[in-house]
Amino acid sequence: MSHVIGLKCRECGAQYPAVIQNTCYECFGPLEVNYDWDYISNHISKEKIASGPKSIWRYADLLPLESDKRIDLGAGFNKLHHAQRLGAALGLDELYILDESVNPTNSFKDRVTSVAISKAIEFDVKAVGCASTGNLAAAVGAHAAKAGLPAYIFIPSTIELGKIVQMLIYGPNVIAVEGTYDDANRLASEVADSHPDWAFVNINIRPYYTEGSKTLAYETAEQLKWQVPDHIVAPMASGALLCAISRGFKELERVGLVDNSKVKISGAQPLNCSPISSAVQKNSEVIPVRNFETIAHSLAIGNPADGYYAKRTILDSEGYAASPTDTEIIEAIHLLARTEGIFTEPAGGTTVAGLKKLVESGHIQHDERVVIYVTGNGLKAQDTMLKSLQRPPVIKPMIGEFERLTAPGLDILGQKADLVHS
Amino acid sequence: MVKIRFSSALSNVTHARETTFELGDTTVKAVLEKLVQQFGPDFEKRILEKGEVRRFVNLYVNGEDIRHLSGLDSPVKDADEISILPAVSGG
Repeated sequence: MSHVIGLKCRECGAQYPAVIQNTCYECFGPLEVNYDWDYISNHISKEKIASGPKSIWRYADLLPLESDKRIDLGAGFNKLHHAQRLGAALGLDELYILDESVNPTNSFKDRVTSVAISKAIEFDVKAVGCASTGNLAAAVGAHAAKAGLPAYIFIPSTIELGKIVQMLIYGPNVIAVEGTYDDANRLASEVADSHPDWAFVNINIRPYYTEGSKTLAYETAEQLKWQVPDHIVAPMASGALLCAISRGFKELERVGLVDNSKVKISGAQPLNCSPISSAVQKNSEVIPVRNFETIAHSLAIGNPADGYYAKRTILDSEGYAASPTDTEIIEAIHLLARTEGIFTEPAGGTTVAGLKKLVESGHIQHDERVVIYVTGNGLKAQDTMLKSLQRPPVIKPMIGEFERLTAPGLDILGQKADLVHS
Repeated sequence: MVKIRFSSALSNVTHARETTFELGDTTVKAVLEKLVQQFGPDFEKRILEKGEVRRFVNLYVNGEDIRHLSGLDSPVKDADEISILPAVSGG
């Protein structure tokens, strides 16, 4: 008896066993994991979770693993910061940040990857892989190393040097593809399709992979003493993260861990690559974007696989979507660092900048309990951020020189250069 | 000769991973009509809805998504390669 029944088509409902498959053979729609909710409700409890591991695996009853062979580097169980200073700066009474920059490879992708590589072990595959804008590559590299599996990672050739260094260190086969993420993703999809005994985490085992992001919702609710927030803001690339967080809150109500799962779900994308935000703002179809340039490389997906569902999730929940400029994103990275001591990459800056815009436009009210997801670490994008900072002054080791520097009218504490323009 | 490569998710309809046609210079729409002729209504209902490519289907001509070209009117030349893949990966 297992809590996983198999896979189910999100469009036509056709059912399949739990195998390596992402597409419905009947209608070509995407598949999702089909759980036995009665079984889960009878086996899950707040006490069981509280006594579980200090990682995403404390929520194993709600994840699609059928064995306990887990590849666990310790993803999850991250602090929900009560962000009083950032909240005050933005005019919010109660703001929280779930800080994902402290995961094993410094982004939320460790959650999805831990689930996906563990599932790949269950499937007894020969290799794993992914298409990635950088963060997933590092996560897959690290978890594949821990599992002792070869990894094939397809990236666009333009991503940040810091991310390339990080992924290479784990020893996977990294293939840099000319073009955008969407080009790398298409190639990886064809490679995955030609190797049925390889598991590409965000391609042919995607239904299991996306389940890992639900743990962001579980952790949020658990740290709020099993209540849900009024409003959340998540960054959007493919839209899968936002959909998974929404699904996570609903599941908690379904299994009786929270009384109410009504949460407004809002998203943020960089203006220069914002197919989902645009669709929400115009209430139109999600139209793929071909040519784009943004500093938020980890959100630079022109053809978002879950765009349709993300838009629907946002509108159904009465949330909204923001699209800040690159300049606003950099400003927000500085603001977050200087108010809360959290250094995030441009994806996290997009979330904070998006939050600011949503407050200013009245889509988020000052008295709502708001949670935002800061999904990656600023150390991965140092080359981008260096352009917005001044190098420190160099002085002789003499007290007079220090006093001259700190004389009225000089500001050596705020070493922020003129912001780059997007 | 135009080559068409199919996702394995279409194998229950196409029973092959690729096929070729001698069509000369043509359009994606004409290629799809030919494929529907060959593989029947089961193929059509997976790929097209009300005459348009369904949102879960990505069609590429030489690696370029036809949504970024001219959609079904995108030109197809002799020796071009068309790929039909599900739009359910990535991110």
